[in-house]
Amino acid sequence: MSYFPLTKEDQAEMLETIGVEHFGQLLQAIPTEIRNPKIDLPPALSELEAQRWFQSLADLNATSKTHLSFLGAGCYEHFIPSIVRHVTGRGEFYTSYTPYQPEASQGTLQALFEYQGLMCELTGMDVANGSHYDGASALAESVLMGLHHTGRTKAVLCESVHPEFREVVKTYLTGTRFEIETTGFHPDFRTNLEELKKKLTADVACVAIQSPNFFGLVEDLTELETLVHQNGSLLILVSHPLSFGFYKSAMEWGADVACGEAQPLGISPSFGGPWLGYIAVTRALVRRIPGRLAGVTTDESGRRAFCLTLQAREQHIRREKASSNICTNQALCALAAAVYLASIGKKGIRRVAELNLERALYLRKAVGALKRVEAVTTGSVFNEFVVRFEKPVSAVNAALFEKGIIGGLDLVRYYPKLRNQMLVCATETKSKDDLDRFVSALKEVTA
Amino acid sequence: MNFPSDLKYTKSHEWVRKSEGSAVVGITDYAQHEISDVVYIELPKVGQKVEQGKAVSVVESVKAAFDIYAPVSGVIKKINTLLESDPALINKDPYGKGWFFELTPDRPEQFESLLARDQYEHLIKQEAKG
Amino acid sequence: MEQSKLTTLGTQDSRLLFERSKRGKEAAMLPERAFPKEDLAANIPAKLLRKSEVDFPELSEPELVRYFVNLSKKNFSVDTHFYPLGSCTMKYNPKIHEDVAALSGFACVSPLQPEEEVQGVLRIFDDLAEALKQLTGMDAFTLQPAAGAHGELLGMMLARAYHASRGEKRRNVVLVPDSSHGTNPASAAQYGYEVVQVPSDERGRVCLAALEKLVSDRVACLMLTNPNTLGLFETDILKIRDLAHAKGALLYYDGANLNALLGTVRPGDMGFDIVHLNVHKTFTTPHGGGGPGAGPVGVVKALEPFLPKPVVRRNGTRYHLDYDRPNSIGKIRSFFGNTGILIRAYVYIRMLGLEGLRQASHDAVLAANYLRKKLSSAYLNPHNEYCMHEFVLSARDLAAEHHVHAHDIGKRLLDYGFHAPTVHFPLVVKEALMIEPTETESKETLDAFADAMLKILKEIEETPDLVRKAPHTMPIRRPNEVEAARKPILSSRDLKRDQSHNWSAHQP
Repeated sequence: MSYFPLTKEDQAEMLETIGVEHFGQLLQAIPTEIRNPKIDLPPALSELEAQRWFQSLADLNATSKTHLSFLGAGCYEHFIPSIVRHVTGRGEFYTSYTPYQPEASQGTLQALFEYQGLMCELTGMDVANGSHYDGASALAESVLMGLHHTGRTKAVLCESVHPEFREVVKTYLTGTRFEIETTGFHPDFRTNLEELKKKLTADVACVAIQSPNFFGLVEDLTELETLVHQNGSLLILVSHPLSFGFYKSAMEWGADVACGEAQPLGISPSFGGPWLGYIAVTRALVRRIPGRLAGVTTDESGRRAFCLTLQAREQHIRREKASSNICTNQALCALAAAVYLASIGKKGIRRVAELNLERALYLRKAVGALKRVEAVTTGSVFNEFVVRFEKPVSAVNAALFEKGIIGGLDLVRYYPKLRNQMLVCATETKSKDDLDRFVSALKEVTA
Repeated sequence: MNFPSDLKYTKSHEWVRKSEGSAVVGITDYAQHEISDVVYIELPKVGQKVEQGKAVSVVESVKAAFDIYAPVSGVIKKINTLLESDPALINKDPYGKGWFFELTPDRPEQFESLLARDQYEHLIKQEAKG
Repeated sequence: MEQSKLTTLGTQDSRLLFERSKRGKEAAMLPERAFPKEDLAANIPAKLLRKSEVDFPELSEPELVRYFVNLSKKNFSVDTHFYPLGSCTMKYNPKIHEDVAALSGFACVSPLQPEEEVQGVLRIFDDLAEALKQLTGMDAFTLQPAAGAHGELLGMMLARAYHASRGEKRRNVVLVPDSSHGTNPASAAQYGYEVVQVPSDERGRVCLAALEKLVSDRVACLMLTNPNTLGLFETDILKIRDLAHAKGALLYYDGANLNALLGTVRPGDMGFDIVHLNVHKTFTTPHGGGGPGAGPVGVVKALEPFLPKPVVRRNGTRYHLDYDRPNSIGKIRSFFGNTGILIRAYVYIRMLGLEGLRQASHDAVLAANYLRKKLSSAYLNPHNEYCMHEFVLSARDLAAEHHVHAHDIGKRLLDYGFHAPTVHFPLVVKEALMIEPTETESKETLDAFADAMLKILKEIEETPDLVRKAPHTMPIRRPNEVEAARKPILSSRDLKRDQSHNWSAHQP
């Protein structure tokens, strides 16, 4: 096998050095009755055969390359500069280990430090961790952080937080001593503050809200922030990270924790992962933040040196008392995000946010002007909004697919009451022609 | 290593300075040496009730975390907030500026279970051998 | 600017992006506004708008490429160096994996597309789960967990759901051996279990007598790594199984060390009820400097109803997603997990087939025993018997006699061009050096590593400071980790504000 460098002669020599006659002797600790089970696997492929086989499976999937896609809802098609894949494709990065030996890992450590700094800048927060699995588990860990920090027992989630995120938080807390309460939204998708007020009891550790929320609406959090903090609870804000290029940062809203999915920052959709959960907090929570942190210090000769720090929070030291059990994270995705953000740069971050916004606004207006279509998210948006049809979204999407278009999300999937409503997404990847093509296709299929 | 004779000690390496209605607590010279450079300390809250032998505080070095136990039961009266910004005080001056907290004991008879200097010194000699 | 000094690993230039930034530069070439006449800010209430500037660095693309490529050169990696890193299985990552995962047919697919549009990837999920069932002897798999520790957390949830379904709510204890990975107790504690340690015996195995006393009707599960972190197979595994099962406790398999056993013996046949795999170890998906990985979890039939949703079902040649799982614990990650990583793992399984996978494990065990034999007369090996894929030496005597510690030896190895072994772990061995060579190193490399270890031993006796102060050829000397933890500087912004260092003095 070409991945194994030991030749037959090598093996024989090694066995001799070890002092055994044959390999089987090395396995003597394994009970014989369970050794050599019958296993049925497909036959091995040559590299050429594997290339062909996997290409044929890839070809079975519809993609944003084979179709024009207006699907977002937590997974976004954004422009990825070529530099991102070239840097992350460096073997020195992607085949390296966790930087526990700082002297031999300055590249990874400095890149992680850049990532943390760029995320702090973007969210406005004081400290960002070195990554979490994905946005949903980042929210779950943020909620746990809120529960532990306040010593309270209940978390409140707004119903307009991504349903997959809420489901993950629920799973993390089910069977533990903690509880979750969900609070609803108005027909225009604004959070229902009256309902929230009633739920803000003394045992509420944290309130998690998403903005832009699942329906695309950017919410005014002024009053909510006051309510949450008056109750002594923490405010956790989930956001599409690029929205901070234009809209208020998490810090400006007064959030204690900013978290979410950073897949939009240079990471491909890849059917759900690997993605990048981000968590950024105020200074007060630095000892509570889960996962790895890269810091800067000096080495013995006084030079700048990067190393993992505050490691005593982590499982490999504190074992059952760790702030989280996370070990393997999404470091390579954090590198991708760092390269992406550095490439987009100071002017670009505002520009890319504007490109999303202008396209979403144009499309909402154009689609909303169609006879049998109504825009439901009418407030401020970033790159998504909800529209209502006179027929089921599944029928609309099937007809669009025939025209080479992947339509938006059928909201019935997550909100059975929101019938005939589609969440449409338009990012900077859509040109004016693309948007117009969608509008005319929609006009035909809804006619 | 220095173990003042006017203090009482615990098997888990805390020291106690007893005075009328209160007790100041820290960790011994031996403990700070074993822990090495302290980088962070998590102190109890003022007003918190603590129980003898239960963990009330955590001390972190770069590569380890150690629980600190209450030598006697009582209520936390004062904490050494200086340690939050300068945890190295624990290494530099374990019996002075490196004190952890002061508590109001509610079961004075527990002081009798604490070790005198000689007993503590004997204990750490045993530990060093083991 | 002065030429920066070259080391054996990249340069000493450690300037950050903000220190290289210059006003007016741009890298990414973004499209122009499509609707430039729209005044966007005028459409949006002012109170929603960002007030502070996003103070990102400004650099051109060639500068960025050179910056990041030069950073990459400051790393050890499997592509450039040998990593004898115990319990981490740092083996070669085949290049075809990267190409397949990057195919647009996989990379440009949304997890929200309807199932009829994603038949190719669903088929891979189904085939991969089937292969993992075969290789582990388990009855069903979920691919959702994003990492090994994430799989452990899921395992804890499954154990609680299973026991609760049988009306057993008192089982709130999880047993872990004292030699276990730190994630085991952390995962159990994170989900609210009380963690109780099981001591090892003098053979380095779980102490059966102690276990017998600890297993009770309050124990939800016993977590084991087999071979354990000493690289030793738990010879009494079938007795352990009987002890646990007799008291109604589940047996959990930490798959971190499965690379020793593929095709030879299966966790399912050893009696394990829940298994997590680390595909970034056993199935050689790249470590990525710390991630991403994936941690599929397999279970026996009795636990299948509790697996996360959705489950992929095959109906003839069509694949469906089954969300109708009333007893499921829910979801521990959005959508389906780290698909791109799972695809790489499946490519590996398909390329090797059963014989290839078995050979991988055999060569890994052979290489470990070869190094063990070459090093155990010079270094102390407290458990010197046939090992599986890794073994543990101890620098205990060297520490006592020469004040040279396990981590010093690790640092000195860097100067010889080898990554450090796992040091000071497992905790049951003082001054541990845990060595796992894997199957993808040549005999020449193994010999060179052994030679370096022996040379270092000589250095410890003759010039111990050389080892104590190592490394000497890396871009940095040992960092001051105490200072880093006392005054954490965690972002460029922190660094700009930091007055305690004259950072500019450290620039080339």
